[in-house]
Amino acid sequence: MTVQPILTARGLVKRYGRVVALNHADFDLYPGEVLAVIGDNGAGKTTLIKAISGAIRPDEGEIRLDGQKVDFRSPLEARDAGIETVHQTLALSPALSIADNMFLGRELRKPGFRGRWLRALDRDKMEEVARQKLNELGLLTIQNIRQAVETLSGGQRQGVAVVRAATFGSKVIIMDEPTAALGVKESRKVLDLIQDVKSRGLPIVLISHNMPHVFEVADRIHVHRLGRRLCVIDPKKHTMSDAVAYMTGAMEPPVEAAVA
Amino acid sequence: MSDAGAAPHKQDFEEVLDRSDKSVAAFEGHEKNLMDRLQHFLHGNPTMVPVIVLAISIIAFGFIAGDRFFSAFNLSLIMQQVSIIGILAAAQSLVILTAGIDLSVGANMVLASVIMGNLGVQLGLPAPVAIGIGFICGALAGALNGFLVTKVRLPPFIVTLGTWNIFFALNLWLSGAQSIRSQDIDAQAPLLKFFGESINIGGAQFTFGSMLMVLIFAVLWYVLNRTAWGRHVYAVGDDKDAAELAGIRTSRTLVQVYALAGLVCGIAAWAAIGRVGSVSPQSFQEANLQSITAVVIGGISLFGGRGSIIGPLVGALIVGVFNSGLRLAGVDVLWQVFAIGWLTIIAVAMDQWIRKVSA
Repeated sequence: MTVQPILTARGLVKRYGRVVALNHADFDLYPGEVLAVIGDNGAGKTTLIKAISGAIRPDEGEIRLDGQKVDFRSPLEARDAGIETVHQTLALSPALSIADNMFLGRELRKPGFRGRWLRALDRDKMEEVARQKLNELGLLTIQNIRQAVETLSGGQRQGVAVVRAATFGSKVIIMDEPTAALGVKESRKVLDLIQDVKSRGLPIVLISHNMPHVFEVADRIHVHRLGRRLCVIDPKKHTMSDAVAYMTGAMEPPVEAAVA
Repeated sequence: MSDAGAAPHKQDFEEVLDRSDKSVAAFEGHEKNLMDRLQHFLHGNPTMVPVIVLAISIIAFGFIAGDRFFSAFNLSLIMQQVSIIGILAAAQSLVILTAGIDLSVGANMVLASVIMGNLGVQLGLPAPVAIGIGFICGALAGALNGFLVTKVRLPPFIVTLGTWNIFFALNLWLSGAQSIRSQDIDAQAPLLKFFGESINIGGAQFTFGSMLMVLIFAVLWYVLNRTAWGRHVYAVGDDKDAAELAGIRTSRTLVQVYALAGLVCGIAAWAAIGRVGSVSPQSFQEANLQSITAVVIGGISLFGGRGSIIGPLVGALIVGVFNSGLRLAGVDVLWQVFAIGWLTIIAVAMDQWIRKVSA
């Protein structure tokens, strides 16, 4: 490969008591690609994602972003480095408004004295940006940007979380099961959104159990099994049943795929 | 959006999506009775509940107890009477918004007032220094609660149950269980009684203490609603894990909340010296529970993240109005306590009823 990966992990280990969630796992993400991560339940996909998004610290191993070694102690540090994550739980505060949620932890303050000394929030600006981004990414038509997130449907909430990540992510966007809770129409929107984000040049890591979705949008598929990367396959050269066979251990992965 | 790039990927069964019904779901508008409308209105404006209760109780006691209740003097007297519990309720609200509880607010306040009295009167330090140290001790006591809750990971109820006793014992030790007399304060450090002074406007007597209470609520309203930190307090109380993943340093926010609550207790200590006129280590023994009552009647959810800081101010006033009204109507004190007990239960029941409506 001549292209350098943007995000790599080598030999990640994470133990929870006697349970080994990550067993010397490797990971590579190249610029501008959609990398799907698939694996059986309990294979350690979510733990892997948590390690690269700063939600947990691996016991061993190293993570490099743009070739630089990084050690995220919190999701905030990963976020500051440009890695945005859409968690399975969405990480939205139900009682807060859409705009408040989009800017949670990176609020805009008013210019001048009121912002600097009275720490006043610039609500108008935040609401304007939130409305603009939601429209731009065409995900939802929300009448009232001030309404609480708990009043939205599941699909709309997902949309808010995805748009938040797409708005602020500068290096990598990670999506953990973004279509799991969605209907056909909403899933389509999220998949279109993934293509949209990709076309802006941002690489995406997509964790999903949904093989049609994975094969539709992914450029490469990382198969996770028993806490480590089993192989990386090309969706154009392998079928869905191959992928399922590898991840469940029904079939040995091809030799060349194990290196890729 | 579905641009050309995404279209070829579409799966067969999704082809029909383009022809799908785009109209927004509409439902038969079923006839709503008055109760439904009220429930919907209150759901959209939950802060209105305590305000309405306050208005109704003032009018009701105006009829029952007559002019003596409805006078400007009596209404301002109610403000004075609730000022200390009101300020403590402000501190309590901050903690309850994070889904915690602070049983130590009253003990913290009395401890801070004993420290102010000891330093200012008995050691003869300048009053501003004594008051400043009292504030710092209040904030540190709050920070201790926050530290135990976040770093040692103990439930707030247990932590503050413990520190309540600890602060109370320290206060008895520092004071020798002796009050500092009013005339000694006047001689040594009259500034300690600043908040007992008042101005007279048309028969109404507003103490600086009651104005301080309103000021504290105004400042906290601004901080909670107009600053990023305030939004973080709500987010942490609403869903701590989500807030953490969204990039909020939840532990730091929590420690700051407890420390700020402690500082407000320290400020309440200064106001309490003015209100009582002396420094009494045995006073305000039930203040912590009364502050929780005011917060609950004010409509702040004990589960965190929901409610307006203005609610507890109104809640404290409701308690004051009930006590004053029942007393002027010649009802025994025990029935005042009885009424407040029911009021608390009804307030929470109302809250549940309002939340049940789907938006």
